Amino acid sequence: MSERDDHELRISKIQDGTVIDHIAGGHAPDVLAILGIDGSTDEVVSVGMNVPSDRLGHKDVVKIEGRELSQDEVDVISLIAPAASINIIREYGVAEKHRVERPAVVEGVLSCPNHDCITTDGEPVTSRFEVLDDGVRCAYCETILRENLTEHISV
Amino acid sequence: MDDRDHVITAKNLSRADIETVLDRAAAIERDPPDRDRHAGRLLGLCFFEPSTRTRMSFEAAIKRLGGDALDMGPVDSSSATKGESLADTVRVIEGYADALVLRHPSEGAATMASEFVDVPLLNAGDGAGQHPTQTLLDLYTMRENAGGLADLTVGIMGDLKYGRTVHSLAYALTKFDASQHFVSPESLRLPRSVRYDLHEAGAQVREHDDLDEVLSELDVLYVTRIQRERFPDENEYRAVAGEYRIDAETLERARDECIVMHPLPRVDEIAPAVDATEHAHYFEQAHNGVPVRMALLDLLLDDTDGEEAADATDDSANGGSR
Repeated sequence: MSERDDHELRISKIQDGTVIDHIAGGHAPDVLAILGIDGSTDEVVSVGMNVPSDRLGHKDVVKIEGRELSQDEVDVISLIAPAASINIIREYGVAEKHRVERPAVVEGVLSCPNHDCITTDGEPVTSRFEVLDDGVRCAYCETILRENLTEHISV
Repeated sequence: MDDRDHVITAKNLSRADIETVLDRAAAIERDPPDRDRHAGRLLGLCFFEPSTRTRMSFEAAIKRLGGDALDMGPVDSSSATKGESLADTVRVIEGYADALVLRHPSEGAATMASEFVDVPLLNAGDGAGQHPTQTLLDLYTMRENAGGLADLTVGIMGDLKYGRTVHSLAYALTKFDASQHFVSPESLRLPRSVRYDLHEAGAQVREHDDLDEVLSELDVLYVTRIQRERFPDENEYRAVAGEYRIDAETLERARDECIVMHPLPRVDEIAPAVDATEHAHYFEQAHNGVPVRMALLDLLLDDTDGEEAADATDDSANGGSR
């Protein structure tokens, strides 16, 4: 059975929305956290975890019906799932497909965890993080974040 | 210098920038400028936390250049207590002054403030972040007393985690290929972001918890205060602080030429008996704040003079009848 057939059996096609594929195995909950999907919303979401993958060994897949992701959301997903691909689905077909690309900078999507950072002080400023090979760095206080990025998402 | 001639972090000062400022400071010491060199120019002092040395040396510097300082006064009597944002404060004071000096307790405050103003903004300390003008006077003191800046072996001891003077100095020394030895208790070692930059820059860095491991190799021993407020327990503070205190006996194990520096104020990390030794250079270091800040302001105000002159030329051309 091919990988494609395997998917079809596990998670059915959606009419409109987004499929986030090639998430490293076990990281689907992080992607859901980035998108603010915690069970309290009405969105119809399908999640496949640890699906066999030629490229990743095991991967996670997330399908969200009726929602196309913003570039900010894709930017943040790229930080924790750099191999992910984003498929925009319209009328059951893939209308757009692209790999996520790690941006040089993410703005307004993460909060600085440093309580002494000026961005946490009520100033009229948008958070800005430089993207490093293995984390992100606050452009203001220079704090480096490598772990638990999803805890600091403010999208 | 930095973008738009702001001086925010030592990381953005090139070796050539640093040498330009130090050369100008040396020239100013040899041949003080006319007292009306920058007559009529105003420096806005925005100090959101107490400071004596830095504020007074900036004030002395601008006055010795013929200009004057506008001090917003103690923070408890300023508009900040009414809830005004820093961004608004600097935008207002920018309208009164030709350059701004900012001291603020929050890290990244100078970077943020610089995004709201067009006049040169100098970071005079932002929390545990950076203090680049202190670094310039530190380097000036080293250059004058340790035979230049290239290839020095420098020991930096004390609170390396929260010490903004240390962070700025480490970046700058890297540009002169210094060998840097960081001596501190485990809990006060360099923060992750500074380690990252030093690694990226290929700095020669070693860390120690005992000064004796490296003291005999040093050209410079830079001591900083271990702050009591960083420790929840007084006894824990005393135990750590006592381990990083130097006295005249300690320095018997140092090279005769080793100079001892400290950004001041000191509490008890350098015994008063050290003051009388040939090693002590911390008061000279503090005095150097004036010529170095004069040099920096002279360069920045010269730049803005140039822009104004260029603007005037442009205006004339636009409105000219030729």
